[in-house]
Amino acid sequence: MAEIAEAVGHDGALQVVMLRIGAETFALDAGMVREIIDPIPATRVAGARGHLASVVNVRGNVVPLADIRERFGMPPVAATRDTRFVVIEVAIEGDPVVVALIADKVFEVTEIHFDQRQAIPKIGTNWRPEYIKTIVKFGDDFVIIPDIERILN
Amino acid sequence: MSSLDPIDVFRTEAAELLDCLEATLLDLGEKPDSGALVDTAFRALHTIKGSGAMFGFDTVAAFTHDFETAFDLVRQGKVPASVELVNVSLSAKDYIRMLIEDPDNTSSIIGDAVLDELRRLVGGVGHASAAAPPAPRTEAAPTGVNGGAALTHEPTQGADAAAGWRIGLVFDPDILRNGTNPLALLDDLRDLGPCEIVPRLDAVPDLAALDPEALTLAWDVTLRGDASREAIEDVFIFVGDEVRLILTPLDAAASPETAPVPACAPASEPERQAVLAPTPQAPVPAEAAGSAPEARPGTRRPEDRPSATVRVEAGRLDELMDRVGELVIAQARLSQLAGLQTDAGIKSISEEIERLSSRLRDTTMGIRMVPIGSLFGRFRRLVHDLSRDLGKPVDFVTEGEDTELDKTMIERLADPLVHLIRNAIDHGIESPAQRGGGKGPTGRIALTAEHVGAQVLVSVRDDGAGLDAARIRAKAEEKGLVAPGTPLTDQQIYQFLFAPGFSTAATISALSGRGVGMDVVKKTIEGLRGSIDIATEPGAGTTVSLRLPLTLAIIEGLLIRVGEGRYVIPLSAVEECVELPALERETRGRDFLNIRGELVPFLRLRTLFEAEGESDPHQKVIVIAAGGVRIGLVADQIIGNHQTVIKSLSKLHADVATFSGATILGDGTAALIIDVGQLVTGGRPERLQEFQEVA
Repeated sequence: MAEIAEAVGHDGALQVVMLRIGAETFALDAGMVREIIDPIPATRVAGARGHLASVVNVRGNVVPLADIRERFGMPPVAATRDTRFVVIEVAIEGDPVVVALIADKVFEVTEIHFDQRQAIPKIGTNWRPEYIKTIVKFGDDFVIIPDIERILN
Repeated sequence: MSSLDPIDVFRTEAAELLDCLEATLLDLGEKPDSGALVDTAFRALHTIKGSGAMFGFDTVAAFTHDFETAFDLVRQGKVPASVELVNVSLSAKDYIRMLIEDPDNTSSIIGDAVLDELRRLVGGVGHASAAAPPAPRTEAAPTGVNGGAALTHEPTQGADAAAGWRIGLVFDPDILRNGTNPLALLDDLRDLGPCEIVPRLDAVPDLAALDPEALTLAWDVTLRGDASREAIEDVFIFVGDEVRLILTPLDAAASPETAPVPACAPASEPERQAVLAPTPQAPVPAEAAGSAPEARPGTRRPEDRPSATVRVEAGRLDELMDRVGELVIAQARLSQLAGLQTDAGIKSISEEIERLSSRLRDTTMGIRMVPIGSLFGRFRRLVHDLSRDLGKPVDFVTEGEDTELDKTMIERLADPLVHLIRNAIDHGIESPAQRGGGKGPTGRIALTAEHVGAQVLVSVRDDGAGLDAARIRAKAEEKGLVAPGTPLTDQQIYQFLFAPGFSTAATISALSGRGVGMDVVKKTIEGLRGSIDIATEPGAGTTVSLRLPLTLAIIEGLLIRVGEGRYVIPLSAVEECVELPALERETRGRDFLNIRGELVPFLRLRTLFEAEGESDPHQKVIVIAAGGVRIGLVADQIIGNHQTVIKSLSKLHADVATFSGATILGDGTAALIIDVGQLVTGGRPERLQEFQEVA
């Protein structure tokens, strides 16, 4: 939670990129997003963990392609017109690592307000609590702020 | 180079000079009569002393001065450059290095001990006369203009005059550029007694012609009191070359004709050059150094390097290599696209870019190439010391110093080669008494490098007793590495030497015998995508050969297809490709192949990589060699050779051991590079044994 607090402004607002994965809406801190690209052919890596099953070429670097659906118990889905790769930079054990994240749709860059923060319900979800930093009310909906570092590693 | 901390500059410079000094001393050990070598060593010392004093390394300067003083007797031919003297000089050189690198933690006790030994060797020449500053080599310099190197004594020698001295001071005009402050020296003179200092302005040119950085002033100093000649000379100890000091006792100076100090003014060009010329030891080498009369061919002073070199941070070169790698990939994509077009203009541009980028790649790789001689030089000292400590006289021969290798490669080769050379001297070469068969008491270690195709072959060859296969085998059986009675070729037996903790040495010496080392050597070499081979002949010696790729950034690969996926196998590991016999298409329990009578086990990559879809009707077997065994890899198709720009895998894929990296293909997709060694052993050494048993 501390990392979020740093990025949050005085008014409790945070710049985020809103995206949809499966039926859920996620908000990623805009500071970690490098670029959003159209899907490109991926190369499967035999023996890799399920959520990091392939790699893609992003501007000359071979980066893992993360499909976090598996981590949230969602079934795999084929790419659609709306599918995008969100290239993010996260710190894994202190080193910056670039990862491309599959999103079913990317909406917008917007501000969310932390005074709308909700407690994570103990029941009513089969998500593992350590994958979620918090849940914020946005309009009439709820958005999930995921803990990407934990999800990936 | 963004940071120009003068201390760092001094350290770099001193390190080079010390390397030069070491090489020269070792040469001197072999050719004690060479005056040129003595001069080179002396010059290196002198420069270290001068710049050491300039950058505040006073202990370095003081020690080097004493060292130089003792060494001067060798230069004058009064003391021969004996082996003992060379050994002590090497220790002295090491001590200077310690003083420079870690001045706070270096005890002067070592230095004193070294100096005592040095003084003892130069024939009991004690402090008194040894403290006299080095006499200049004056024969090369035109007399009357500049005394050459250092302090010119007036012929009017006499007892130290109690009345005082008349001192004529003329500095080298460049002294200010080198950072020396003559006024501070004058202050030091004042400390010796009451001084009357008169500047001489006759050499100062007109204002228009005045170079503010050149010192055109000279001074006449009358020093009263009982200061000794040595005390005065000590003031100028660190500017020895750059000052001409004329000392006349005061009573003698009564004569007006005595010692008019010639002006150092640039009155005429030839004269100016004559003043500049005898200062090749100046810390900032003047251009004149090249034409200095003392310059000798064959010396390796840093000043001798061609001036057109640039020091570049290694990181920048890495970055450049990355960019070029990306360019090569982008160009491959372009030519693939252009191949599909009918437009001749596009095609010709694409070909042009292909030509340019491949030349750019070669040039960039060339920049990173360093001759391996820089590495070989370091081992001379190692061999020298080991041969002394072990009492085994050894000739050390190097060949192919010009062979160029990637810089990173050279750095990482240093440790493995140290191990191999130690082993060769400690285990390979017999003691003089044991050496038979007309070999003579002196052993021979040859370190050679040569290009073999796209690889570099570095080998360490000794003329010792050779490996004892039976003994290695016995040891391997004892350690349970192999079942007794298993049929093994000699080459397979030698591979046990690379097993961790394996040693046949009966006794553990300080150097080797603990069985640590060869496994590390092997790991390092394989980490560099190289291979290691041992050849031996009983009684005639052993050769350890390292085969290394030229560079770490780009490799030649064999591109294969398995199912829908494409993979790269490093071409250096590939031995041959054969078609998979129809009989073997379905697995029959264990998979072997009979290749020219030899059993070769094989792995089905389709199974290993969980490939989907139908397999090709005519699958291929790529036979690879790793860790002394040959195994086959079954692929659906061999696509061909591929210039592979290596990209490392993400940290998140650290758990994937089968692949050592990735590359980007012409169509922009990524392909994985198969880690051959890992595939054979699966990270489990016992797998290798299984394969060995089979083979």
